Order: sequence, then structure tokens, then C-alpha cells
Amino acid sequence: MSTILPPAAGGSAAPNDPAIDTGRGTGLWKDAFLRLRRNPQAIVGAVIIGLFLLVAILAPLLAPYGGDELPGRTSITPTTIPGPGEIDGFPLGLDRFGGDVLSKLIWGAQASLLIGVVSTALGLAGGMLLGVLAGGLGGWVDNVIMRFVDILLSVPNLLLAVSIAAVLGQSSYAIMIAIGVSQIPIFARLLRSSMLSQRGADYILAAQTLGLSRRTITMSHLLPNSMGPVIVQATLTLATAVIDAAALSFLGLGGGLPQAAEWGRMLTYAQAELAVAPQLAFLPGACIAITALGFTLLGESLREALDPKTRRK
Amino acid sequence: MLRVIGKRIALLIPTLFGLSILLFLWVRSLPGGPATALLGEKATPEAIARVNELYGFDRPLLTQYLTYVGRLLQGDFGVSINTGRPVLEEFATRFPATLELTVVALVFAIGVGVPLGYFAARYYGRFLDHSSVVLSLIGITVPVFFLAFILKYIFAIQWGILPPDGRQDARIDATHYTQFYVLDGILTGEYDAAWDAFLHLILPGLALGTIPLAIIVRITRASVLEVQNADYVRTARAKGLMERTIRGSFILRNAMLPVVTTIGLQLGLLISGAVLTETVFAFNGIGRFLRDAIFGLDYPVLQGFIIFIAILYALINLIVDLSYSVIDPRVRVQ
Repeated sequence: MSTILPPAAGGSAAPNDPAIDTGRGTGLWKDAFLRLRRNPQAIVGAVIIGLFLLVAILAPLLAPYGGDELPGRTSITPTTIPGPGEIDGFPLGLDRFGGDVLSKLIWGAQASLLIGVVSTALGLAGGMLLGVLAGGLGGWVDNVIMRFVDILLSVPNLLLAVSIAAVLGQSSYAIMIAIGVSQIPIFARLLRSSMLSQRGADYILAAQTLGLSRRTITMSHLLPNSMGPVIVQATLTLATAVIDAAALSFLGLGGGLPQAAEWGRMLTYAQAELAVAPQLAFLPGACIAITALGFTLLGESLREALDPKTRRK
Repeated sequence: MLRVIGKRIALLIPTLFGLSILLFLWVRSLPGGPATALLGEKATPEAIARVNELYGFDRPLLTQYLTYVGRLLQGDFGVSINTGRPVLEEFATRFPATLELTVVALVFAIGVGVPLGYFAARYYGRFLDHSSVVLSLIGITVPVFFLAFILKYIFAIQWGILPPDGRQDARIDATHYTQFYVLDGILTGEYDAAWDAFLHLILPGLALGTIPLAIIVRITRASVLEVQNADYVRTARAKGLMERTIRGSFILRNAMLPVVTTIGLQLGLLISGAVLTETVFAFNGIGRFLRDAIFGLDYPVLQGFIIFIAILYALINLIVDLSYSVIDPRVRVQ
């Protein structure tokens, strides 16, 4: 499910930006940050992510009810599900269980954030470990690791995640691990190729001439300089992780109570009522899409900002 | 050419070998082991012991693995736990449905994506370009199953112009030879059946095709943007070639290489998407079958499918590589 997107052509930073063209060498990351600040796309992305983080972290304060609570259980009947504004105390209406839709959306943000961050961190850590071993050691280690990565890549991401979730049983932890592991091959590949492209660089030769050990060169020279594409990919992966997590819980792999506050699961149970209560599908769906949009916008702006080709313009 | 194909197929062997080990270990790590997966969680210890003996799950791992690979090599993928029928047979009856769906999705994605990306680059910075960028962003960030809901709600529930689910109206009594319903209708002359099956393909096809569409638009746009300012395009203009020739034979053709690669890479996305789309539209293809397999822990089905996909993946990559030399004669097949 995760895709490596092509760079959006047409850099958006102003070519004659004084902050960029100063003769004093600004660092790569500071430079990137300055360029990000001038990119409207990055700002929109950052605002969306900021709001999402705020809602997710402050969920206990913002949500009128708990995620699993069914405060409106007495107000629903098999044929009537009150929609937005139709009933006092529940601004976005109720779902088929009698849960408050607004509260569930807010708690859902927290669930998505948790799954997104944990699974991406897992994928990143695993991918970096494999990537450093392959790119740093080379030789047969590289060969074995890359064949392993190829095998994992030949299984579609969602299927891989599903197979892992099948072993671990149905729970939100299973979803985190499943998505995280299915991201490992992408990070490993990316870091390895990034390291290989740096291996012939002058500063590596200089470090070798100085007689530094291979471990020092790999860890303190090669790795930090190869991290750019990996960090960009991690930001984009947060978007796919949110979508994949929703997909897995939509398919029913989340476990726990049926009324648990997860965006994907809210969609599962909205299916039957699509004709009478479409908002039950549209609200969580829009939340997933907007969150994914935020991470995608920021990730792509970051890639543009770090791309030396657009930087030198 | 034949040597290249042979070599590529030979390269597939280590991948499949590795995959078979992973899958073998995967089944052994299922909760309660393969016997419990077969019998369900309420199985008595005696029943589990009997199944273990019957299938050889109690023998050493290496012996088990060799038996397993031996069966795979003979084309025996086992029997589905859910339906009790051979896995290959189940695939054969359901795969045509998914293939039909995928073809509609890809035709939509390529048919709309390539022209849109091309014209976005041609009118770079104008309204069409901006809308294509926004559209492709939306296509990438809206989850497939949510998009499926939106399409179903608008076209099937609100307007009622397209069928909401299934592969064919239950009232139509059509003959099926190939399991490709549209093709069957045409072959047997039951054109209304073919048309009805096609109508059932539109909504899931659109939903499934949107992500590949978004990606194809982006790649085509980026690729055309890069090519249209190349020196040889300037030279062609200076020579006074017709604009149509320049655009068709110079720009579009040279810009197609990355696009073809990308189209080949969409398979994984399409398969994952099919599981979700078929679930929403109650479309009886392989995706929905897989979803049931996931829940029934039907591991022979999942196992067989993963191997099948790995082979399909490799074949599609091979076709993509071979097509390079057709598109660009400078690329020699090596």
C-alpha cells in the first residue's frame, strides 16, 4: 500500500531567496527548515498535523464521552439513528451502538496517532538496522539481506500485514506490529541505496585516509548523511500507516469491543446504514483522508526542501 | 530474448525458495499451530493429535518442510479450510472476477491518468495543471474503501443509476463458461447479461482505479515536464518538424519509460485494493475470498495466494522490462 511517490516537479522555494543564497554556509537541516517555512503546501500540512496532534493528545479533555461509552443507548432504535443536530447533547449524532460520534472521532484520532507513530517507528528501526548492515558491511551480508527484503517486497503490503496480524491475533498491537514490519523492506532499501550513493563521496575517502574505523565511518559519517530520503519516507509513511491501520481495522483485525473508537472500524459498522445514515461513513472517512493529506503534504514539501537539485536553483 | 526470459525465470527460483521457507515458518507460528488452525480453537487434544499424525505435523521440521515443498512443486496447494475444496480450484473460479475488475480499474487509471498528466505538463502552471496536482493528492490520501463508500452512496443509493453490489443481477440467468462474466455474455450472445455485468464493474473499478490513477498522473506529469525541455526536443523544433510529430514521437514516447515502470508496480496496490473494494461492493472475487480466508485463518488459501502473487509480480516485472526495448530501442535487453 505504501508507495514511493515521484518528486513533485517545480520547486516552490523562491530562487533568489536571501535566506538561502547567503554565502555563509547554513546547515542542510536549517536550510530545509527555512525553505519549508516559505512553502504554503508545507504550512497547510503542518497545520493539519498540528490540529491532529492537539486533538489526539487532548482527547480526554475534548471528548464529551469516553471512546467505548454508549451514552445514547436509550435514544436509538433499530430503525432510527439520530443524525447531526437531531438530538441534544450529541452534536454529530449517534451511531448504531448508541455511541457519541463526536467523542468517537476524537478518540479515534488518538488511536490513529498511536498506531501511526508506533508502527512507523518500528518500520524505521527495523529498516535502518537492515539498511545499515547491508549498506555498511556490503558483500555477502548485503546480498543476503537484500534477497530477504526482495522476498518481503514481493508480497503486497496489506497481505503481509494481514499475515502477520493472523499470527498475532486480533488486537490493535497486532495492527501496529503488522504495519510496522510491512514497512521494514521499504526503509531498508531506501537507506541502503542512499548509503551506497554516498560511499564514493570525498568526505568518506577523507575519513578513510584519516584511518578511522569502518564502524566510525559508517555510523558517524555515512549514516547521518544518508538519512534525508529516509526521513522524508518516514513522514510519508505516517500517512500510509494511518490509512493502512484504518484498512486493517475496517477488515476487522482490530479486536476488542465492536464499538471501540477507531476510524476504520467506524466505517465497518457504517456499511449497513449507508442509505439512512451516510454521515457515519463520511465523518470518519474524512478524518482519515485529512490526516493522511497532512502527512503527505508535509512529507513532499520536506523532500523538495532537501532535494539538492531544487536547492541550488 | 529467450535467454533473457530464461535467466529471469531462473532468478525467480531463489525468491520462491525463500518465500516458501517464510511461509512454512509462518504456518508453524500460527496460534496453536497448524492443527488448531485446521480444526478451530475448540478442538479436543485427541483430535489435534490425530490431525498432527495424519498431516505429519509431529515429524521433524525439516521432513515437514521437504514434504511441503514437494507438494508445492506438484502444484498441490492444499485444501481450503473454509470451503473444503482445493485451493487452486477456488482460485480458478474467483480469479477471473478480480481480473475483470482489475482490467477495468487499470483501463480507467491509464486512460485518464496518462492524458491528464501529459496535458498538465503541457499547460504547466495553468488551471489544468493545478487541478491535476490537487486531484492526484486527493487520490493518494483518500482510502480506497472510503472512496468505495462515497461512490456507492452517490451513484447507487442516491441516484440509483448503477448497481450497489454483486457481479450480476440475480434475476439474470446467464451461462458461464469462462467465469469472465462480460466475456461470457458476449460469447453466448446474451448481450444484456454482458451489459449488466459491465455495469456491476463500474463502481468498484472506479474505486480501485483511483490510487493508480493518481500515481500515474504524477509520474506522467513529472516525466513529460522533464522531457519536453530536452535538447533533442529543441533540435526537433529547430528542424521545423510538425508539432504533432514532436509531441507524439519525441516527448510522449520518451516520457513513457517511467510511466510503464509505474504501471507495472501497481499490482500490489491493486491486490490490496481489491480485498477492500470487493468487500464494500460484495463482489465475489479473490479479494473477498481472501478476506474470508483471513478470518477463518484459512492458511492454505493465504499461503497459495502469496506464492501466486509473487510469481505474478515477477512475470509482470519481466514484461515491463521487455517492453522497455519496444518503447525505447536504445535500451537493449541484457
